[in-house]
Amino acid sequence: MATAYTPGLTVSSGTIIRKTRRLPLKGTVTVQPGDRVEPSTVVARTDLPGIMQTVRLCEQLGIDPSEINKHLMVSEGDFVERGTLLAEISSLFGLIKNRCASPVDGILEMISPITGNVGIRRRPIPVEVTAYINGTVSEIIPDEGVVIEAAGALVQGIFGVGGERLGAITVAVDSPDAVLDEDGIREDFAGKVVVAGANITGRALKKAASVGAAAVIAGGIIDHDLVDYLGHDIGVAITGQEEVPSVLIVTEGFGIMPMAARTFNLLKSLAGKQASVNGATQIRAGVIRPEIIVTTDAQVTGADGENGQSLNTGARIRIIREPYFGLLATVSGLPKETVMIESGAKVRILLAKLATGEEVTVPRANVEIIED
Amino acid sequence: MPDIKTILATDCGSTTTKAILIEKQGAEYHLTVRGEAPTTVEAPFDDVTIGVANAVREIEEISGKKILQNGRIQVPKKDGAGVDIYLSTSSAGGGLQMTVAGVVKSMSAESAERAALGAGAIIIDSIAVDDGRKGHEEVTRIRELRPDMILVSGGTDGGTVKHLVELAEILLSADPKPRLGTGVKLPVIYAGNHEAAEPVRQVLDGKVDLKIVENLRPTMERENLHPAREAIHELFLQHVMQQAPGYGKLMTWTSAGIMSTPNAVGKIIETIAAQEGINVLAADIGGATTDVFSVFSGAYTRTVSANLGMSYSICNVLAEAGIEDIRRWVPFAADEGYIRNQLRNKMIRPTTIPQTLGDLYIEQAVSREALRLAFLHHKSLARELKGVQQTRTIGDALSQSGTGKSLVRMMDLNMIVGSGGVLSHAPRRAESALMMLDAYAPQGVTMLAVDSIFMMPQLGILSTIMPEAAAQVFNRDCLIKLGTAIAPLGTAPEGQAACAVTFRGSRIEVPFGSIKVLPLRAGEKETVFVEPHRTLDMGEGRGRPASVEVEGGVVGLIIDMRGRPISIPADDSARIKKLAEWFEAFKLPIPQAQGL
Repeated sequence: MATAYTPGLTVSSGTIIRKTRRLPLKGTVTVQPGDRVEPSTVVARTDLPGIMQTVRLCEQLGIDPSEINKHLMVSEGDFVERGTLLAEISSLFGLIKNRCASPVDGILEMISPITGNVGIRRRPIPVEVTAYINGTVSEIIPDEGVVIEAAGALVQGIFGVGGERLGAITVAVDSPDAVLDEDGIREDFAGKVVVAGANITGRALKKAASVGAAAVIAGGIIDHDLVDYLGHDIGVAITGQEEVPSVLIVTEGFGIMPMAARTFNLLKSLAGKQASVNGATQIRAGVIRPEIIVTTDAQVTGADGENGQSLNTGARIRIIREPYFGLLATVSGLPKETVMIESGAKVRILLAKLATGEEVTVPRANVEIIED
Repeated sequence: MPDIKTILATDCGSTTTKAILIEKQGAEYHLTVRGEAPTTVEAPFDDVTIGVANAVREIEEISGKKILQNGRIQVPKKDGAGVDIYLSTSSAGGGLQMTVAGVVKSMSAESAERAALGAGAIIIDSIAVDDGRKGHEEVTRIRELRPDMILVSGGTDGGTVKHLVELAEILLSADPKPRLGTGVKLPVIYAGNHEAAEPVRQVLDGKVDLKIVENLRPTMERENLHPAREAIHELFLQHVMQQAPGYGKLMTWTSAGIMSTPNAVGKIIETIAAQEGINVLAADIGGATTDVFSVFSGAYTRTVSANLGMSYSICNVLAEAGIEDIRRWVPFAADEGYIRNQLRNKMIRPTTIPQTLGDLYIEQAVSREALRLAFLHHKSLARELKGVQQTRTIGDALSQSGTGKSLVRMMDLNMIVGSGGVLSHAPRRAESALMMLDAYAPQGVTMLAVDSIFMMPQLGILSTIMPEAAAQVFNRDCLIKLGTAIAPLGTAPEGQAACAVTFRGSRIEVPFGSIKVLPLRAGEKETVFVEPHRTLDMGEGRGRPASVEVEGGVVGLIIDMRGRPISIPADDSARIKKLAEWFEAFKLPIPQAQGL
């Protein structure tokens, strides 16, 4: 495959960030193009139709479904409150009365002479979408949402758990290959986005959550520490809905993996600044990677943060699979022919010059381009 | 049909778009060139045709032929450029995701599942009046899942009306929205009791896009799945595909409607079974899902295990099988934590490939479990209809054989076909043979084969308009026969002679617990005489000899005397030693310990 390599994750100190903020259903956009927004600004809202509550009216009253309309005291389209009498029958010369009242507030939407049920649609559920980042409304998606544009730093991780959070960045370790353990977690990490190095231990992660850290960013996480933190296993990499106290974002992968120096240094330079973070990851059916965004007040200019680089000799790469996992290199050759690798497969490869000067063979599928 | 000389076919998978060029050379059709490129249905491209054009461009580069004109595929051929026919299948963007509903879980809901699965869908939920869930739970579930389409069934013709109206009320209550497109009504197919069709229409009319078709279970004894399947296919093209990025454009390029990938693979499997008059089991193991197809005595069943796959879903295989069941297939010492981290890293970087032999064998260990679990799922659905009244003898009653017996009879299975990257692209074909032997544990005499380069979907759609061309390419270029496996049912004492095989005049004894591979090349056929141990059965009864016809392949004739079920030593060092013997039988290399 001519283009069989993984585009690198964006790690940029200054880029144009565009965030699409969209409602799950059509609704109303509440901002105008050019409006300045803050993370908490509501940019669109809608009403999710309420669930229809089925009431087994005929079953409750002991009547045949075909008689339902004869006994109903309300009509289709009526608003009923909880406790409103829907139907009543009397027997034994009116001495015994059977009643059926509405269990909820809502609109009577359905009357079925076949099942003998009525359906009461509950009140709509309001849904609001906020801006999530500081920025300017650059585009309106009619009835659906907006695009917010801002200049700033953007770091994409490889995997995360938990949804959107805000917090100031604080760096908890001295170097990208340090492991953040329990002793390194301080009470003043409450509400902060905590940067670790090659790994955060399971205990440290739990402690960070207990002190109220907004998020933890680390190079790697040990598989069983993640499972322990979540309380369940992850089968498919679609995350973001977990109800975890602190968002976790890993930048490199699973295991103890030194954070790329460039990522670590950028986060260090952003210490003290307010960040919008999101652990949501979706690798199947539309790639979404977790992110850390720090916007600036600078004017929105220049190109956006999309990857545009191609795999050429001299390109800086990171190897993303064993036996050279995590190593940085420079492409020193791109043979056209397929080559047999250790596994026995014949694949398109590249020659990579490691920092040690050694030249190694790597499948093209196993490298990421590092953005300059 | 005019004389067709060049056929281009693409399959837009969730990760990769694969293109093949088929050309007529003399009187027969041949696969000539293959190309591939990353699928571009997702951001930042949001247009499937970009990936299609890239894959076709690779074909142009290799073949030197011009196929694209102004960025699109030229059909028909004009001024020396283009192809005579262009066809495409697709499973990109999550495929076709359906919820099915029925009155009784093990009857109409199960028939609805078979209808939807046979039409190429992934079932994301199955709702039934008797499924034990409360109405509000079902309503919430429908809302959360946002399927592409819902299939409602239930009631024999003239049977219950009330329960079907209740199902319609549940849908009305949920007011579900489709996964793709905003402001679009959800397609709902009604295929239940025809007497309930009008009351159901009254409940749902105007709220969903309702299509009413013939009852898929008109009587207890009969399924009528074809009308529902046709409706699913039609709505898939009209609604789902039109909402998916770029598919509207792609549909204007193709010479026939786009077919869902599993639907196309099913077509080609049915064709093989019918042409050869054999029972076939096939599996297509992808990055996200594993599809299993079977044809036994002409009865076709397809199932999909939506979260058993080799990249996106690899950790779900880990979660479902457990680390011990995966590790048992790794033929060297490997730390459990190391394997778990490796699989997680594959999940988050799904397009990477194993570079080391150890890494390759770890992935192949996962594939055995994914195939095995998907096969268990398949067997649970591939069975006779439940609820059918039968006349029983005393013997039947004593044997406790109820209705709903499995259609999958391993001793009667003639061929297993493996497809998907891990099987089609295994560096050594013997690895594919061993993966399938371990996962399926075939019994008796079974041919093992693989899809050479993963092109069954394209040939499946081609078979719908040019069956002969599809069959020619399938037999010559697609199906790679690995060899026949001989494997008796039962167990015997470890190390004792499990059977004697008389092959080309020599009598070869094979001890229990071992595998022997004999040289028998592709196209060569032999009659062998098998004398099993008194506790083993070749289909003729325990200890009874059998004379069987076998055909060779690129691996050879495989005598698998590991017994059924396959027994693996519990002790780690004994297990590694035993696996090493089995790998050695296929001349497969063994790597060093890893991650310790």
